Amino acid sequence: MQIHIDLGKCCGYGNCVLAAPDVFALDDVSNLAVALVTEPDEALRPAIDRAIDECPTEAITTVA
Amino acid sequence: MAPRQVVVVGAGPGGLRTVEQLRKKGYDGALTVVGDEPHAPYDRPALSKQVLLGKAEPTALALRGAEQLAALGADFRLGRRAVSLDVPEARLELDDGDTLRFDALVLATGCGARRLQIGAGLAGVHYLRSLDDAVAVRAALATARRIVVVGGGFIGCEVAAAARALGLEVTLVEAAAAPLAPILGGRVGELVTQLHVERGVTVRSGTGVAGIDGGTRVESVRLSDGSEVAADVVVLGVGTQPSTDWLAGSGLTLDNGVLCDRHCSAGTGVFAVGDVARWYNPLFDEVMRIEHWTNAAEQAAVVAANVQAYLAGGAGAPLADYAPVPYFWSDQYDTRIQFAGRTRAGDDVHLLPPAGDGRERVALYGREERLVGALAMNSPRSLLRYRQAIGARASWDSTLDELAGVGA
Ligand SMILES: Cc1cc2nc3c(=O)[nH]c(=O)nc-3n(C[C@H](O)[C@H](O)[C@H](O)COP(=O)(O)OP(=O)(O)OC[C@H]3O[C@@H](n4cnc5c(N)ncnc54)[C@H](O)[C@@H]3O)c2cc1C
Ligand code: SF4
Repeated sequence: MQIHIDLGKCCGYGNCVLAAPDVFALDDVSNLAVALVTEPDEALRPAIDRAIDECPTEAITTVA
Repeated sequence: MAPRQVVVVGAGPGGLRTVEQLRKKGYDGALTVVGDEPHAPYDRPALSKQVLLGKAEPTALALRGAEQLAALGADFRLGRRAVSLDVPEARLELDDGDTLRFDALVLATGCGARRLQIGAGLAGVHYLRSLDDAVAVRAALATARRIVVVGGGFIGCEVAAAARALGLEVTLVEAAAAPLAPILGGRVGELVTQLHVERGVTVRSGTGVAGIDGGTRVESVRLSDGSEVAADVVVLGVGTQPSTDWLAGSGLTLDNGVLCDRHCSAGTGVFAVGDVARWYNPLFDEVMRIEHWTNAAEQAAVVAANVQAYLAGGAGAPLADYAPVPYFWSDQYDTRIQFAGRTRAGDDVHLLPPAGDGRERVALYGREERLVGALAMNSPRSLLRYRQAIGARASWDSTLDELAGVGA
């Protein structure tokens, strides 16, 4: 699984960081979301799904 | 057994997200969405920001593409209004005379702008709630020189900011001590005033509006302190009203929104989501109605789960609580304002010293020994931290002690 964040859509609300703190963070400079891991473990799947659900701008997608 | 039918009234983000979540959670019965606007669900917050600034075309605001909507397998009845509801009979009537039966119903009708008698019928006087409103305001700003914005809430502040960016002479009128002060307290209100004054907006706080004058077009606004301000355009941002008129006589309890329990249920098989829902939030031990985008999205996930549980288990099925930390953002000039939690008059307010290059400001709100709110200007990461702390029921004293520890 690979995570893609569309930075054109992301507005830095940080819902993804709250949902999956091991996977997402807000960048120090841009204040937009960054993925902390490029190919996260399947075990993180539920948290990532929650992040995708809770992102108000639908900026996060995953590809298998 | 007849196939199941879930009906959603309102095609905003609350309605759309409910439908998406239902499908995601495996609901495979019939789904109908009734929405009175002619448009597919769109990005409402952009109306007072990118749309007024000319940075987004009104046609580009759709939340989903036609294909994505079609993939939901829902019957979208757009341009159709629901006009009455009979809960015991589980029947909904539409403005074209059609009636829909349902096994579960989700009310997602949002709010409308609160309208005033004054200024009614005068050209150049606008409200801002829908896409069509935004198109009209944008056209009005294009030829105007002077605008008076009445109401210093979020929408009023954003309209003032956009009009200023477009080069208009802007007067912002707020009845309270400062813009946003009724929501965020006086000290933050001062910061907001400063933000607008620095950009050249004339902020007239502490005065109401006595009248709006003109022949067929607006010419000026009369303030309650007796003064008069000339205007080619007036935008009234004086609050909202939950869209519940059509539910009178339905048997549901209407009290500043559709009254719901902690599961967002308003009656047997009837749920409400988004701006229109007033529900019991156990995290704050308070019945609240939240008019924010993220709330509509988050609440929809819980409502969809509860609809599913109800369809599977009937009236006695165990349902999930909805206990969020409310959250919103507002963009004014290049400042992003974010607020998490719940504040009211009388809360303790602790304003932290400016950080970063002075543009980063944070205020914390405490009540009865708990941290209940946090406001951040240009500081999303501190907001995130406090939002988490509020959700974890952090104590007010320990929050302040921690700050004292780091010398803030
Ligand atoms: C200009 C503007 C800027 C905003 N900016 C922000 C922001 O920056 N941040 C933020 O957090 N929030 C913002 N908001 C608030 C946010 O847009 C709302 O909280 C959100 O749209 C609520 O979603 P909803 O689905 O509950 O209701 P709505 O989006 O209001 O959708 C409800 C829909 O139901 C329709 N409807 C009503 N009655 C009926 C009926 N009887 N039959 C059929 N359809 C009906 C309505 O016409 C509407 O299309 C803003 C709102 C406005 C107006
Ligand atoms: S939740 Fe979405 S919008 Fe928010 S920071 Fe994460 S990716 Fe960006």
